[in-house]
Amino acid sequence: MEAGMVTAAPALVRFSGIQKTYDGEHLVVKNLDLDIRKGEFITLLGPSGSGKTTTLMMLAGFEVPTHGEIYLADRPIKNVPPHRRDIGMVFQNYALFPHLTIAENIAFPLSVRKTNKADVQERVSAALRMIKMETFAHRRPGQLSGGQQQRVALARALVFNPQLVLMDEPLGALDKRLREQMQLEIKQLHETMGITIVYVTHDQSEALTMSDRIAVFNDGIVQQIDRPDALYEHPVNSFVAHFIGENNVLAGTVETIDKDFCRVVLAGGGAVTARAVNVSGAGASTSLSVRPERVAIVPEGTSSEGPNRLPARVQNTIYLGDHALAVLEVAGNAEFMVKLQPGAHHSLTPGEDVFISFRPEDCLALDPV
Amino acid sequence: MTTASPTGANAQAEVPLKRRLRRAERTRQVKALALVAPLLVFLLFTFAGPIAGMLWRAVDDREVRQVLPQTIAALANWDGKELPDEKAYAALASDILAARAAGTIAIAAKRLNYALNGFRTILTSTARNLKAAPEQRTARETLGKINPAWRERATWTTIKNASGPMTGFYLLAALDLVRNADGAIVAAPPDQAIYREIFARTFLISLGVTALCLILGFPVAYLLATLPPGRSNLLMIFVLLPFWTSLLVRTCAWIVLLQSKGVVNDSLHWLGIIDEPLRLIYNRFGVCVAMTHVLLPFMILPLYSSMKAISPAYMRAAASLGAPPLTAFLRIYLPQTLPGIGAGSLLVFILALGYYITPALVGGAADQMISYFIALYTTETANWGLASALGAVLLLATLLLALVYGKLVQGQQVTGGMKN
Repeated sequence: MEAGMVTAAPALVRFSGIQKTYDGEHLVVKNLDLDIRKGEFITLLGPSGSGKTTTLMMLAGFEVPTHGEIYLADRPIKNVPPHRRDIGMVFQNYALFPHLTIAENIAFPLSVRKTNKADVQERVSAALRMIKMETFAHRRPGQLSGGQQQRVALARALVFNPQLVLMDEPLGALDKRLREQMQLEIKQLHETMGITIVYVTHDQSEALTMSDRIAVFNDGIVQQIDRPDALYEHPVNSFVAHFIGENNVLAGTVETIDKDFCRVVLAGGGAVTARAVNVSGAGASTSLSVRPERVAIVPEGTSSEGPNRLPARVQNTIYLGDHALAVLEVAGNAEFMVKLQPGAHHSLTPGEDVFISFRPEDCLALDPV
Repeated sequence: MTTASPTGANAQAEVPLKRRLRRAERTRQVKALALVAPLLVFLLFTFAGPIAGMLWRAVDDREVRQVLPQTIAALANWDGKELPDEKAYAALASDILAARAAGTIAIAAKRLNYALNGFRTILTSTARNLKAAPEQRTARETLGKINPAWRERATWTTIKNASGPMTGFYLLAALDLVRNADGAIVAAPPDQAIYREIFARTFLISLGVTALCLILGFPVAYLLATLPPGRSNLLMIFVLLPFWTSLLVRTCAWIVLLQSKGVVNDSLHWLGIIDEPLRLIYNRFGVCVAMTHVLLPFMILPLYSSMKAISPAYMRAAASLGAPPLTAFLRIYLPQTLPGIGAGSLLVFILALGYYITPALVGGAADQMISYFIALYTTETANWGLASALGAVLLLATLLLALVYGKLVQGQQVTGGMKN
């Protein structure tokens, strides 16, 4: 999985056989083993209820694992209370203390550590400079916009130089433009300060933008941990393929397997050659995954080489500014998306019969959905 | 046409627009007023009216003026340094005869007796013995013979001081002050100076009950605010239960529990902890216990609502930033409950100030609060002037407290950064 990755940095955090249940019947986190390296930006990504937030809360110390142990810098921390873990945390709704000023909020972690006054002052003003909010020192959180509050929350979590910073969907409450700006700012802070960040989100584009590595959670299990590009290009199962980026699914049955590739007969008619990623053998049912940007539409009658050529009918076209989408019916899938150059959608009319083609390398045979 | 209209058209439309806006606003205001009106009228008649009446009665002093009008007129220019002249005596004799005929002597006698003990006897004996109007220039002699008190300056000063139509007499009395024969304000004689002590006692008991309510109510409110909804609703019913029971029933229940042959004493005796029954009621202890019980919901509810608004994320944030639980509580949680503590304490304190039934039923003679005396003067001795003056002083003290609280709350801004 760790294709070509230099793994010199030691693990800062190690989850070892972690299980968590709230009701004693249903496991929210099932047997989690996860290493987080020093200086890494790792994102826990998954739909709600997948166990990612529970994992983060166990690391922060607000939830106790039912089974297993968590190590922070080789020290077991299962029984260490949150305030002695030396972990900074940024909350979804910022959780700035409303009765304290911005400066007092940022000074809070220093003052509970009995740092001397002059030092506190210096570090608070440095933190305010870092987030470019020097003039807001004596305002209260209620007088700030969401983005400003988020910056203050960030400064507060970083000001005491924690070993690790946790972020629980910190940008969830911001609008799209501000969110994208904050993503870049957080990423920049991570790079300049060299801190280790564990970030939780359900937004896959946010995860792809910011992370060194992404752990995809589903149903209490880490489905795949990898670099963003590897997750996108080489998903290990249908869930990951579907959760990261846009994806077209075609159901079928494996006919033959030849080393890395297999021939798949589609349930809706036709046969294609696909890369065999997660299939058990000949005769097994499978889900094929094809990215919309890897599919070409070829006019009827055009001769085309290659094994993957399927008839399709145009359902609809969608104009999206920088690109356009064609919605096709392909082998029983009525929502098969193909990414087009902007303007190219004018040449397609609903109801028209066309052919699509894609390379075998771009079609992944995965576990059936 | 989608282009903007020329500016000239806008300017023309401006005047009618403003008028339209005013008209629309006026309709809205009239509607709002119509909705508020029934309550406003009700409050005016049942609240503002009686309070204004009470404040007026505290300074109203027209009784003597009505009964002895000629005397008051004759005394108008009297300097009070010596006995008044013959004319005043004649006027008094004439007034007394007229009042006896009208049967109004007792009214003046009652009022004058408040100011000078024994005045009732002076006036009634004079009225009884004055057969007819005295001869010219013999009024002073005649009255002096009937009752030697008429030869004393203090008697006449009392009448002049009570000449009205307004007086500070009752208000001064409520603060243990009197005006002496020379018109100076001095402390009342020790045997009459009781109200300051009663006010102090009232404030002390109220303060104690407020403190007890806060100590007992804070953890309960915290529990209510943090428990899951199902269990907190159940607990809330227990908190509200006292609200649904009559005050009298609750107070009497405490008598059953605390009396010398009551449940508590019997249980302690049966357990062998005590030999003699403890004195738990008809003393300060009983008053504080019963009042705390009755007033507890008024503390818990404002505390609960302020705690409910504090997101658990704050305490988590404090912990993640390195604050041990106690530090996080003192520096993050407690300051955010201050508005609730203030509101609850003020509510309980002000309600406790006016408590009457509970101390009257479970308190001893030394535990009666100011309301007891107000009730006493209103219903038993019909000294409405003094009752009103005591009420006015209590009202003033309460208003001052509310004002101070308002200032304190205004000083600190507690607007949350969190929306949820």
